[in-house]
Amino acid sequence: MKSMMTKLALAGLMTSTMIGGAAADDDTIKVGILHSLSGTMAISETTLKDAMLMLIEEQNKKGGLLGKQLEAVVVDPASDWPLFAEKARELIEVNGVDAVFGCWTSVSRKSVLPVFEELNSLLFYPVQYEGEESQRNVFYTGAAPNQQAIPAVDYLMNEEGVERWVLAGTDYVYPRTTNKILEAYLKAKGVAEEDIMINYTPFGHSDWQTIVSDIKTFGSAGKKTAVVSTINGDANVPFYKELANAGIKAEDIPVVAFSVGEEELAGLDTEPLVGHLAAWNYFQSADTDINADFIDAWHAFIGDEERVTNDPMEAHFIGFNMWVEAVEKAGTTDADAVIDAIVGVTVPNLTGGYSAMMPNHHITKPVLIGEIQDDGQFETVWETSGTVVGDAWSDYLDGSKDLISDWRAPMSCGNFNVKTGKCGGSGS
Amino acid sequence: MSLLKPLLILFSLLLVGVLPAAAQSDPEALRPLINNLADGNYDETQRQIEEIAATGNAAAAPALEALGEGDLYFRKSDGMVFIAVREGKIYQLTDPLTLEAAGEAGRRDVKKIRVNNRLRRVIRSALGSLTLMAPDPGVRMAAAEAIFTARDPDGIEALDIALDAETDDNVRRVMQQARAAAVLNSDLGPEEKITAVGTLSDMGNRQALSLLLSVQSTLDPDVQAAAADAISKIEQSIAAWDAAQNIWFGISLGSVLLLAAIGLAITFGVMGVINMAHGEMVMIGAYVTFVVQEIIRTSAPGLFEVSLFIALPLAFLTSGLIGVAIERGVIRWLYGRPLETLLATWGISLILQQAVRTIFGPTNQEVGNPDWMSGAFELGQMTITYNRMWIVVFALLVFAGLMLVLKKTPFGLYTRAVTQNRRMAASMGIRTPWIDALTFGLGSGIAGIAGVALSQIDNVSPNLGQSYIIDSFMVVVFGGVGNLWGTLVGAMTLGVVNKFLEPYAGAVLGKIFVLVFIILFIQKRPRGLFALKGRAVEA
Repeated sequence: MKSMMTKLALAGLMTSTMIGGAAADDDTIKVGILHSLSGTMAISETTLKDAMLMLIEEQNKKGGLLGKQLEAVVVDPASDWPLFAEKARELIEVNGVDAVFGCWTSVSRKSVLPVFEELNSLLFYPVQYEGEESQRNVFYTGAAPNQQAIPAVDYLMNEEGVERWVLAGTDYVYPRTTNKILEAYLKAKGVAEEDIMINYTPFGHSDWQTIVSDIKTFGSAGKKTAVVSTINGDANVPFYKELANAGIKAEDIPVVAFSVGEEELAGLDTEPLVGHLAAWNYFQSADTDINADFIDAWHAFIGDEERVTNDPMEAHFIGFNMWVEAVEKAGTTDADAVIDAIVGVTVPNLTGGYSAMMPNHHITKPVLIGEIQDDGQFETVWETSGTVVGDAWSDYLDGSKDLISDWRAPMSCGNFNVKTGKCGGSGS
Repeated sequence: MSLLKPLLILFSLLLVGVLPAAAQSDPEALRPLINNLADGNYDETQRQIEEIAATGNAAAAPALEALGEGDLYFRKSDGMVFIAVREGKIYQLTDPLTLEAAGEAGRRDVKKIRVNNRLRRVIRSALGSLTLMAPDPGVRMAAAEAIFTARDPDGIEALDIALDAETDDNVRRVMQQARAAAVLNSDLGPEEKITAVGTLSDMGNRQALSLLLSVQSTLDPDVQAAAADAISKIEQSIAAWDAAQNIWFGISLGSVLLLAAIGLAITFGVMGVINMAHGEMVMIGAYVTFVVQEIIRTSAPGLFEVSLFIALPLAFLTSGLIGVAIERGVIRWLYGRPLETLLATWGISLILQQAVRTIFGPTNQEVGNPDWMSGAFELGQMTITYNRMWIVVFALLVFAGLMLVLKKTPFGLYTRAVTQNRRMAASMGIRTPWIDALTFGLGSGIAGIAGVALSQIDNVSPNLGQSYIIDSFMVVVFGGVGNLWGTLVGAMTLGVVNKFLEPYAGAVLGKIFVLVFIILFIQKRPRGLFALKGRAVEA
């Protein structure tokens, strides 16, 4: 027991000297990784932490950045929203990182926003989100609603002839805002009130019998029906199982999901789900050389050929390369210089095109609609001809349709109201 | 190629047109049409499928079926189309017409013919018209159902021929329904249509309702009136069945609650230990199922159908042993100190979760449903899924088994003696510490087998247990601490109440209402539904 204690103490001493040594070392550029490694969100975020470690390692192999090596600083905010803010502060103030890559849920992003504003640092946020936000210190590399939700609805309307809509989501900010936008959009397209059914369920909902049977009833009104699902993470597995068991086939009532990717399907037998859809900006099945290289690198890094890649990983890939390029362009890692330099930076994405950072701190992305295959992968059945510019403020919501965002010099405003001509119209 | 294809089509159409008899008997006539599937976008593929269907040649059925399932590939070198099954890095090829083996091909030599939902629908209706005369009644039934969904007026002729030849009554009924659907969509006279409405009205389910609603506006006034009658009749019968369906949903939810709570009813209800790690015992049971299935998948795939039965005893033992270890290692030092027990077991739950996360990774693990747990059957207008039904049966079996153990075995007798009067039981020579450990192990083991069942409906991740712990405590407290019958009635009541609230209040509010209801109930009856009476309560 005693020797154990000594060992522990020794280990503790070693770690603290290592941290101390690192902090004193000015030859590295530090990159913060703020993803939950425990708690409910660990299921999705751990992968992103690994993806970031891989990207940093690869950059170091290429000679680092500005002649210095990159060093990853990993913290665990444990799926605890207030802890995200504390850990972000720790990364910036204590560890002195120059940029942070992290967050998954909208509530965790909202929790760290004031910290990044106050300490003037950079956050790259890799997940699709509800929009209605544009902050000077944050770069949104995931999809805004117009890069995911709206094209998906268009696809169902035009290709599948859907006339009746079920908007099903988990009860929190992303589904609620997205569904508000979609409802306004559908009504603008002439869909009647009674042809839209909106349904919310708690996090981790596992008893889907009633809702699946409601969907079945709703779908038997003689019009082609589809489900637009913003159901989050874990709750999807029992939802799809219930759908499959209740015999709802994709040919009859297709489900298009915005939160179901390769990673989520890994826990499912996808045989009965073939044909259900997902809308993303990247699928692992994308048939390009750069994607094949990325997948090979990922498998080599993680040491497991079975691990899949997904859309938020691509967002980190794009965001990280944009940051690297902006730092090289600015010649410094200083936040203000990077914020000025990064607008207009264009890097290759994994689907064979290029993504550019726009003045509203969102990026351009292609939109892909994929059908689930029996091997747990998606097959692209439709894609936009070019890339779509992420729109921070939705054109279909009353409060936000007059707002634009432009962080370049004269305007420098995240919510400029074009009607009143003033910065700070409404919203955040 | 672009010139060649129309020529080929023309040629094959001529063949079919001139020599229909020859085309019927000679599957090779289909070859050029099938090979044509190899190129073009979705629209062209759709036209080609329709052409194949128009030949009426049943030999095309296997190829179309494979296309729908995404198993149809073409060889890049010569554009020949094959049914291909992947085996590791290579594909085994099968000729789509003769169904003979046709060698193998590497991953890059063949390319899949892509289909989407629209094409799957086209394929389904094409297959319907091609397989109406198949020798297997199951296939004929599926064909008739496909025509019902497609409502294609062109199918009437084929159906009439098939109806004349049909011998199986069930298939005949479905064919008549399919014919009615097609008739309503055609431009036949009102008499035919009124008969069709009658057929659908007798059918009386959601499919019929959906069909009637969609064609209602296109009908003549007379037929429209008949359709309106049929619709209101069907809606009435569905409303009645909906109530029954709701009760079933409630019982099914109740059985899940019962499974999750029944182990806790022993550790908390009988022993009085507030065990926050109870959910993790359920989670471990689910992971045992996963491990068992993994081993079966790699070494004995034939056993997959019985994997759950193999997992049950293993899950019981694993969770039970961990339970005994927890009791011996931690809880026994904390008897009589509920707050410390609560904190310590909560800590254990976090340790177990993180341990599972470290060993298996944070992502969901795939636990497959055996065939007998997949799908659903119709009871009247109710859809009952097999997995839910078996879980109800299983929950009741577990409950009965546990009752038997506690009431009829010496171990059960000791357990009851110890919980009712520890000191007297000890004086009688019962080794109370071991009874404590074994009872705790029993409760944990039951939680483990609950995990086997829950792995079939929920996702297997380290968080699995967390979502059940609150519900489990709710059930035990509501039912009455220390009473197994209370747990049964409590679980079923909460399940049914929840399901009756959900359609009106939504899932989120429904859950809140149930919580409020329980709080008020506990205010009125602090000891739950079935309170224990007598001296045991004081002890």
